[in-house]
Order: sequence, then C-alpha cells, then structure tokens
Amino acid sequence: MNIVECLNLKKTYKQGKLEVPALNDINLSVQKGEFTAVAGPSGSGKTTLLNIIGGLDSSDEGSTIIDGHNLNKMTHSQLADLRLNKIGFIFQAYNLIPVLSALENIEFVMLLQGVGKAERHERSLSILNDVGLGDKYNRRPAELSGGQQQRVAVARAIVSNPSIVLADEPTANLDSKTGNSLLELMKKINEENSVTFIFSTHDHMVMDYANRLINITDGVVVKDQVKQ
Amino acid sequence: MHFQLAWRNIWRNTKRTIIIMLAIIVGVWSMICLGSLLRGIINQMIQNGIATLTGHIQVHIKGYHNDPVVENNITDPEKISANLKTLLPADSRFCSRVRVNAVANNAEHTLSVTMVGIDPSHEAKVSFIGDAVKTGRYLKSNDKYGIIVGKAFAKKFETKLGRKVVLMSQNVNQKMISKAFKIIGIYTAEMSATEEQFVFINKRTAQEMLGLINGISEISIVLTQNENFHKIAEKIKKNLPEEYEVHTWKELLPIVTAYLTIYDGFIIMWYVVVFIAMAFGIINTTLMAILERVREFGLLKALGMKPRWIVKSVLYESFFIVIIGLFIGNIIGLFSVLVLSVTGIDFSAFAAGSEFMGISRVIYPDIAFKDIITANMLVFILGILVNLYPAYKAAKFQPVEALAHT
Repeated sequence: MNIVECLNLKKTYKQGKLEVPALNDINLSVQKGEFTAVAGPSGSGKTTLLNIIGGLDSSDEGSTIIDGHNLNKMTHSQLADLRLNKIGFIFQAYNLIPVLSALENIEFVMLLQGVGKAERHERSLSILNDVGLGDKYNRRPAELSGGQQQRVAVARAIVSNPSIVLADEPTANLDSKTGNSLLELMKKINEENSVTFIFSTHDHMVMDYANRLINITDGVVVKDQVKQ
Repeated sequence: MHFQLAWRNIWRNTKRTIIIMLAIIVGVWSMICLGSLLRGIINQMIQNGIATLTGHIQVHIKGYHNDPVVENNITDPEKISANLKTLLPADSRFCSRVRVNAVANNAEHTLSVTMVGIDPSHEAKVSFIGDAVKTGRYLKSNDKYGIIVGKAFAKKFETKLGRKVVLMSQNVNQKMISKAFKIIGIYTAEMSATEEQFVFINKRTAQEMLGLINGISEISIVLTQNENFHKIAEKIKKNLPEEYEVHTWKELLPIVTAYLTIYDGFIIMWYVVVFIAMAFGIINTTLMAILERVREFGLLKALGMKPRWIVKSVLYESFFIVIIGLFIGNIIGLFSVLVLSVTGIDFSAFAAGSEFMGISRVIYPDIAFKDIITANMLVFILGILVNLYPAYKAAKFQPVEALAHT
C-alpha cells in the first residue's frame, strides 16, 4: 500500500527576478514500512521534496497524496492536523523546545493531540526508555549532547504513532559513531513498528542503512533503487 | 503545560522580561499614586467647602442665593427647624446663621469680611469653627460683644486677643450700622483665605445689629453620609413651602463641582496617556522576543500547532508578565499612598495659587476602590490586547521559512 504518492510535482522558487526550479516533474511513491533515503547534492531539491510531502510547503504543479489525503485540496488547518496526527519530523538541527525537558518535549505533541496527562506521561517515558534516555527525562536540551537531543527528536517524532517520519539530514550535525547509533535506533523502530521513514541526506552512512535509495539531481529523480 | 511553557518562556531572557514588567509597574504605580492624590485634592476641596460653613445642604428664603443681602432672610426659622427635624436622618445636624458682608476695621486697617452670626453650641456641631479656635476661646451664648477672627486676619490687622475690631454693615432698613467687638478667640483654618474672610459673632448680636427680629440668613445642614445629600435635599424641597429654596453643596460650590466633573475625565486621560507610553515599550520588547524565536514558531507549526494556539501561547506569556507587573505595581502604589497619607505633600510654597483653587496647604491622598479597579482593568485588558499584534505575527510565520531562519 502506498503511503506517499507524488504525481508530476513541480516547484519553482523566486530569488529576486530569477526563477529557480527546485523540483521538475517528480513522480514517486513510497510504501508503508519503507526505510527510504532521498539523496543528492546540496540544492538538488531533496529538502523541498520532503517539505512538500510533509505539508510544510506546496507544489506549484502536481499533487501529493499522503495516506489517502490529497494535500493540494487541504486547508492550512487540515494540513496542521495531518502533520500532527500522521507525520513525524526529525530535523538536522534537532529543533527541540529549549524550555521543556526531554520528557516534556515528547509529551508536547500528544498535548496538541489532546491526549490525557497520565497517558502522555506514560507513553513519553516508555519511548524515552526505548531510545535509551530514560534516566535523562528531566534534562533540558541544553543539558544533552547532540546525539541525545536527536534521540529525543526521534522519540518526539514517533510518539504520536505517525504514518510517516520525515527526517531531513538527521545525522548532519552528529559524529559518525553517534549517527550510526541513531540510525540503528530508527531502523529498529522501522522494523518493529512498520513506521515509514523517508530521509533526505547526502550522508553515505544513511544511504547504506536505507533499503531504497532515490537519487535526485537538479530537481529530477535520476535513480530509484530498491536494495535487496 | 501551555501555562508552564508560557511561564518558562518569559524567563528565557530575564532582563527583557524585567524591563517590560518595570514599564507596567511604573505605569500602574503612577496611575494609583496620581489618581489618589487627585482624588485627595478633590475630596479635600469638598470637605473644606462643606466644613467651611457650606454644609451638605442649605435652606434660604427664595432669592437669597442670587442676592445674598440681609433683606432676604428667613423670618420664621423655628418653624423650619421643626420641619427639618422630621425630615432629616437622625444622625444629621443643622444650625442657623446670620451671614452678611461687612467691613472690619481698626485704627490702622480695613478689610472686607463676611460677618457670621452663630449659635455657638449648634454651630460647633456643624462647621469647622467649633474646633478651630487655637488662641483664646470659642464664643459662648452670652458673649454679646465677643468676636472670633482668623489667624490670617489677625496678622493682616496686626492685632491680637483682647483688641478691638469694628464691624460695619447695612441693616434691613438699608442703614449703615457699626459695632465694636473685642477679639476673644483666634481660629485657624485649612486655608488662609478662610481665616481672612470670616469673622464670627453671636447670632443674637448680629440680629440686633442688623435689625432682624428672629430672622436668619441660612440654615446649614450636615449629613453623616455624603452620598445621600441629593435625595434628602429633594425631600426637604418637597416638604417646605415654596417661599424657601434648598441648595446642595454642589450648587453652592460650583467651582468644586466643575473640578469634580473635570477630574473623572482627566484621570481617564492620564491613564490612557500612561498606558500608551507603556504600550510602546511592551509591544517593542515582545516583538523582539518573538523575532528571536522564529525557528521555534516554525517548529511548532511543523508539529501541527494551529495559528490560534500560537496566538494563545503568546498571550499566555503576556498574561503572566502583565499580572506580575500589576501585582508589584499595586503593592508599590498602595505603599506610596500609605506613606503619603501620613506625611502628605506640602503645598505651602504654592499657597496662594492652591488656595485660590480651594486646595489645602497639605495634600493627603485618598484611595477609591473604583480607581484601583479601573487602573488595573485598563492595564490588564489593554496589556493583553496590545500583544495581539506580536502574537499574530508569530502565528503568521511560515514553517519552511521559519525553520530556515538562523
């Protein structure tokens, strides 16, 4: 079953008077449970693609369907709901809320979903333990290392039971050992819970972990390979 | 957790939060302080006016108010007094007076004064004069030729206790009459203008001097509760014959009444001006705080937070800052008023100017609960409202651009 379908996507950015094509007629689909890397050099359009899939940006042409929902026909409010309930995000810069503890950062998404306090607390603690940070539940982001912060970000991304997790260069700010350990974690989550992961990356370590590799150059898919 | 997040967010930059709070604290403090000082001035003006012979209500013969001459006198005061006893609340007091313009002179000086003929025992319960004699003694009912003058009068006349003062006036037959009196007491009043203007003699003496048999100029009534004077005045009007007129202090002290009307408008204007000054500081500083957190707002939107929740979140932060500022501002304001209510503010340096307006030499503040409520409500409501703009700005950040912000 296709969890993501992108049909004839086109996106152009204006830089002053100049028009820069970011995506040029992208067609791809991602099935549930995939661990897919979208790779390409800087400026290839991989982040733009992820932003459109995540409903953070809209395409100029074409359509994007996430878990049966056509994003082009959704209002801003509906897109916000989709992101809240169906999509998890992991960012290169972690993007944790600095005044909340690790536990509270994870709880925050469920708070927005309207989950009760006791359940929020229980699920957050459980996932924090799963990512190996159970003893650091009350630490604020400034008190955690880069790798630990990214683990919290992973926990936040999956705690709401999303259909897809979009990770934009999640290992870019991490050393190789920490990055490797993070990828192990995400792979484990993917295999145990069938959560679909889509990465944008130019890190070969990420590409090695992926079971499907989509190469993008200048906004065009040049290679789409499922690994055996 | 929204409140928790808001609370923690306001302390991310302690200095900036304190600056916003200081603006609110100073604003609220000035509203309470100035408001209470102005109210103190107004209340003192009213109290001075009422105590300085006006009373809450006065009864005269019709025409006296427009032409306060000795011919316009109440010829049957006993009947009116009997009537008033049934109409007035039990705890109110009244007295009758003879009041005419006169000229006081001695060997060296002449001064235009108001000669007031009083019933000493009744007058003491109604006006200020009962407790005001600081040198010598108060009038007794059998003091035929004794006179009480004000301290400023005595200074101007370069006179003292035991000396002679001659009063000259016009009687009911429009003949000039004069009589000599001996100064038996010197009084002090809130305003030196009062001390110069009013001289007090026995009512019986005044009546004989002016050719009034039993006639009096006015009956002055003092109530224990200022708020009811309108209703009581109306009641008296309805129950007295038409040949009498009844006036409240508001009609008898038009300048004070005018100040009262101006006061309410002035205080609102002051509040608005203070608030506008505060608002610029609040909006500017809040905007700075918002712009520093562009990425964070982008993240919140990416996570699925809706714009109205972001607005609420920013308003929660404003709520905490405003509440804390209000709390401290109120404490400092009330404490300042407490201190000033003991020390007062000495206006002696501006005595001539302030007395012209009916203001005492030393001003004491007067707190009205409604003034505090108005100041707090204004700051609270507008303080939250002005933060709608920064909140709206935060809610409008587009996630993609915001997340790319450095």
